[in-house]
Parts: sequence; structure tokens; C-alpha cells
Amino acid sequence: MLEQIAMWIMGVGLAFDLFGCIGLVRLPDVYNRAQAATKCVTLGTCMILLGVALRAFGAPDGAMAVKALLCAAFVLLTSPVAAHAVCRGAYLSGVKLWEGSVEDSFSERAEEIRQEQTTEGSVDREETETA
Amino acid sequence: MTPFEQIAFAVLILSSALCLYRVGRGPTAPDRTVAIDILGTLVVGFCCLMAWRTGRDYYITIAIAWALISFVGTLALAKYLEGRSYDA
Repeated sequence: MLEQIAMWIMGVGLAFDLFGCIGLVRLPDVYNRAQAATKCVTLGTCMILLGVALRAFGAPDGAMAVKALLCAAFVLLTSPVAAHAVCRGAYLSGVKLWEGSVEDSFSERAEEIRQEQTTEGSVDREETETA
Repeated sequence: MTPFEQIAFAVLILSSALCLYRVGRGPTAPDRTVAIDILGTLVVGFCCLMAWRTGRDYYITIAIAWALISFVGTLALAKYLEGRSYDA
């Protein structure tokens, strides 16, 4: 019974993984792709881990269940942070939004950050923008 | 291998293939970085499926280590994209 429930949870997680990766291929620009893929694949992988943990609770050793839950917590914490950092880096390195985008809330703050960087003089912006 | 495991591995391999398509196609560096990050999360899923299939718990340990190292690598790439020095 427990194994049946675990299999259902893992099946839903696998579907989320697949749809996230389809989004990664189909959507028009970096920001759309990052948000679709990150959210779907994070949830999907957490559900797979949850399924493994659920079956391991029925097994004689509970170590696997605890490790799986710990790994789920790590993925849930790190994956959105990484995607946020990459999107911020993408914006600051000058990747354009898709032409159908309706709002760009980060543009003013990005301008401030660029000015701070040029006054610091630690980085050559021209070189990173052409690269 | 039970039918459930076969389908699960097939779905994850298909997802990884889609990710690899995005890594190869680009068109910009952040696209590839996001795709590599997602590929790292999918590898965690693969480790879980191996743990499910074999019943051994060290695969989950590998998954934890992989998740952490993939996170650090992606942050380093994001810093590089942003054009800042690594210690700032």
C-alpha cells in the first residue's frame, strides 16, 4: 500500500520533470525558460525524493528516508536561489527580454547597479557585454 | 526492472535529452547555464531512481553531494555572467 502511494507520488513528480523540460525547450527567452524549468523540475525532483522516502519508511532502516528528506530540503532551498542568480546575471550581462514581455520591473535597479560598478571601476563592462 | 521503473527512467532520459538540446542550441550563455542547472537537478532524480531500484542508500548520499556542488557551480557561473569579481 505504502509502495503504491510512493509510486503515484513519483509518477506525478516525473510528469512535472518532463513538462519543465518541455518548457525549457519551447519558451521564447531566458527568463521564461528559467522560471518554467526551475519551478517544475524542483517540485518534480522533490516529489521523487518524497516517494523514495515514503517507501524507505516502511523498510527496516529509516536512514534512507531521512537522507531523502534532507536532500529534498537542499534541492528546495538551492535550486530557486541558483535560478535567481543566473537570471540576475543574464539581465546585467545585457540579455534582452522577449519582445512580447509586458513589464520590466528590474530595469531601474539594474541601471543603478551598473553605475555602481562603473564608479568602482573594478570591472570592464564593455568586455563582458560584447562577450 | 519493473514497468514502473522502465517508464520512470525513460521519462528522465527524455527530459535530460531536452535539456541537452537547450545546452547545445543556446542561443545565449545564460540559456546554457540554466539548462546545465536543470540537468544537475535531474541527475538528483536519477540517483533517487537508482536508490529506489537497488534499495541502497548511498545513492541518496551521492544525490545530496551532487545537489550542493551543482548549486555552487551555478552560482559561480552566475557571478561570471554578472561580470563581477568572485570575492565581492
